[in-house]
Amino acid sequence: MNFDFSDDQKLIQSEARKLLNDKCPPELVRNIMEDEQQPYAEALWRQIGEMGWTATAIPEAYDGLGLGYLELCVIAEELGRAAAPVPFSSTVYLFAEAIKLYGSEAQKKNWLPRVASGELIGCLAAAEGFGNGEQEVEQDGAPPGLQANVSSGRLSGTKLGVADGDVANAAVVHAVGPEGEGLYLVDLAQSGVAREAVKSLDLARSYANLSFESAECELLGDAGTGKQMLADLRDRAAVLFAFEQVGGAEAALDMGVQYTNERFAFGRPVASFQAIKHKFADMFVSKELARSNAYYGAWALSSGAKELPLAAARARVSAIAAYDECSRENLQAHGGMGFTWEFDCHLHYRRAHLLALVIGSGYHWRQLLATRLLAAEI
Amino acid sequence: MDFNDTPELASFRNEIREWLAANARTELPEGVKYGGEAIYAVAKEWYKKTAEAGYACLDWPKEYGGAGLTPLHKVVWAQEVANYAEPDSYFVIGIGNCGPAVTHFSDEKLKQRLLPRMASADDVWCQLFSEPSAGSDLAGLRTQAVQQDDGSWRINGQKIWTSGANHSDYGVVLCRTDTSVSKYKGLTMFILDMKQPGVTVKPIKQMDGNQHFNEVFFSDAEIPDAYRLGEVNQGWGAALLVLMNERMAITAVAPDGFDRFLEFVKSAEIAGQLLRDDPQVRDRLAHWYSQHAGVDASYMRMLTAVSKGGMPGAEGAVGKLIGGRMNQDIANFTLSLMGEAGAVHDAATAMEQAYFQDAALFSPGIRLAGGTDEIMRNIIAEQILGLPQEPRADKGVAFKDIPSGNG
Repeated sequence: MNFDFSDDQKLIQSEARKLLNDKCPPELVRNIMEDEQQPYAEALWRQIGEMGWTATAIPEAYDGLGLGYLELCVIAEELGRAAAPVPFSSTVYLFAEAIKLYGSEAQKKNWLPRVASGELIGCLAAAEGFGNGEQEVEQDGAPPGLQANVSSGRLSGTKLGVADGDVANAAVVHAVGPEGEGLYLVDLAQSGVAREAVKSLDLARSYANLSFESAECELLGDAGTGKQMLADLRDRAAVLFAFEQVGGAEAALDMGVQYTNERFAFGRPVASFQAIKHKFADMFVSKELARSNAYYGAWALSSGAKELPLAAARARVSAIAAYDECSRENLQAHGGMGFTWEFDCHLHYRRAHLLALVIGSGYHWRQLLATRLLAAEI
Repeated sequence: MDFNDTPELASFRNEIREWLAANARTELPEGVKYGGEAIYAVAKEWYKKTAEAGYACLDWPKEYGGAGLTPLHKVVWAQEVANYAEPDSYFVIGIGNCGPAVTHFSDEKLKQRLLPRMASADDVWCQLFSEPSAGSDLAGLRTQAVQQDDGSWRINGQKIWTSGANHSDYGVVLCRTDTSVSKYKGLTMFILDMKQPGVTVKPIKQMDGNQHFNEVFFSDAEIPDAYRLGEVNQGWGAALLVLMNERMAITAVAPDGFDRFLEFVKSAEIAGQLLRDDPQVRDRLAHWYSQHAGVDASYMRMLTAVSKGGMPGAEGAVGKLIGGRMNQDIANFTLSLMGEAGAVHDAATAMEQAYFQDAALFSPGIRLAGGTDEIMRNIIAEQILGLPQEPRADKGVAFKDIPSGNG
């Protein structure tokens, strides 16, 4: 048994951490939050492309590095730790994965090299309104919520709250076609696409509403299997997002430990009070469980194990809980200063909320986890 | 990343699978159950059988009754024996805690005399640490050992929460040997012959009606100086070593009650509704599963670290903390699903033979035994996160001058 990352993978991780320490300090995250003209950190994104991070899990045949998901996981953890304001997850975990999994040879050749080089930003456009789209994932038949549709090869409809929708070059769109639900590839630089940037809960990550009016699109994967493809795609992304969440949770915990060690009250370090120590112990527990569950998800994802759906749901449920607790209680341990704009506590608090909602919320994933657990033979 | 055995462990697994299939039972004999009295004899018999086959204390040296293998062999054994009903870890406190103390501090002659009989459970051992006024603050213990002119020791005082004391032949006991120095500096550890007139064992009736623990009283109990474990007044260091070995007992994670809850949710129906269809039940199920599975996966990470030559850290506190609380929360939640009839604590009437009513009453003990939730949090905060200790009123004070609240 070897339930750990390899030395090579750990090296990739420490290099990533070094680079982000240097190039993605909290000041950079703040710049993006405070400047509406900068939806993401362009210079950092360029560097990420040059470092080959976007190429990590793309096969060499499409100009990628041909490494695996474990390498991608350790990079995700560091991006989460730094709360990096870049469209990495949308482009790599969702857009590129969709093409890798479902794309034709021509589609892979067309899109993947541009993701690998870092020149292309992609996104996934699924949600159309409030709710977790339970019916879309769980029940048979046409989902009553899904309005976006494709006829005669043209896409029409509206997508709400698409992560990086304002800056992406292309999108994978969930829509109903002539043969049922499908995923469609859409070049966003065309007259049939309108986008409206919207403010997100995490100001360091950009969101947009997308409208399609007879936009050109091409089918991705098999017609009529959109529901299952979307579910599989989200399972895989859940593992990668979990690593971001674990990295963020650990950063929030570290922030609180450092601050309360340095700050004195009643003549001694705040960190010496049991009320504070026990809070940190609980945060540590939550973060450790999330880390171990994320490792299990990484194992399932990288080995193509049949346990992936259960492992992904368990990693996501655990990661949402951990980042929520660590970011919230770090802010609490900072006292009043934690509630100021000036202090960095809210960077992780905001990111924790955002990551708890992308690809479906905790409520949704807990139901999904229960379904999968009750069906599993364990 | 993979979950495959090394070739050596794989062949060991095959070997013991075969042996267990031929020698272990899948059900306990009629009338024997965990927590009952009858299981003691069954456990003695099982230990004897494993010792004769060479599978007792796998990671102890052969000359002391072990098999000379590694902790990972022990893990494989634990995984395989879990498929059977045999009480394989019944004497874990003696073997896991007292064994290393004897190994580390006794002379060769004593080790050869005592350890093989411990491994085969011919002798049963208990650990005598906690006292009525020294639980979480263990180093505050008061049982006194005084050395006699002939070098032997006389001990007087009382221990509490001693598992298995009523069955034990020997104990490892921590005593106060000097009250004029600070509390950590006046303790000494000994082996104690439990079958002597100066030792009286009295079972403690727990709030759930069971009797798992004991009080042990010493009235001029005798200990030869050869039974001293370590130097005089160096007992705290020795005790820490024993407690660290408790942490090293890496063969299993703390029980959390989850599997029983999952089985219940899979099949139970209350007032015509399948529990598995209730969104609130499903939400709790998912939450507890993510914790249960997280502890399990943390354990796998720890085993990996051990297999690479690392040491288990204070992380075991995580499993203990999560498991204790989960047992209690699951019991409370499940009773609430049963409504008014959940109050019936009668095995013939209640659902699941009243398991969840039982659990509601035994689960508080799990959060207290072997270090309370609060001590686990202190361990995590101080030993893992490096947070400072709270200021203490007893620091640097001679033991006899420490305020005790007793006037």
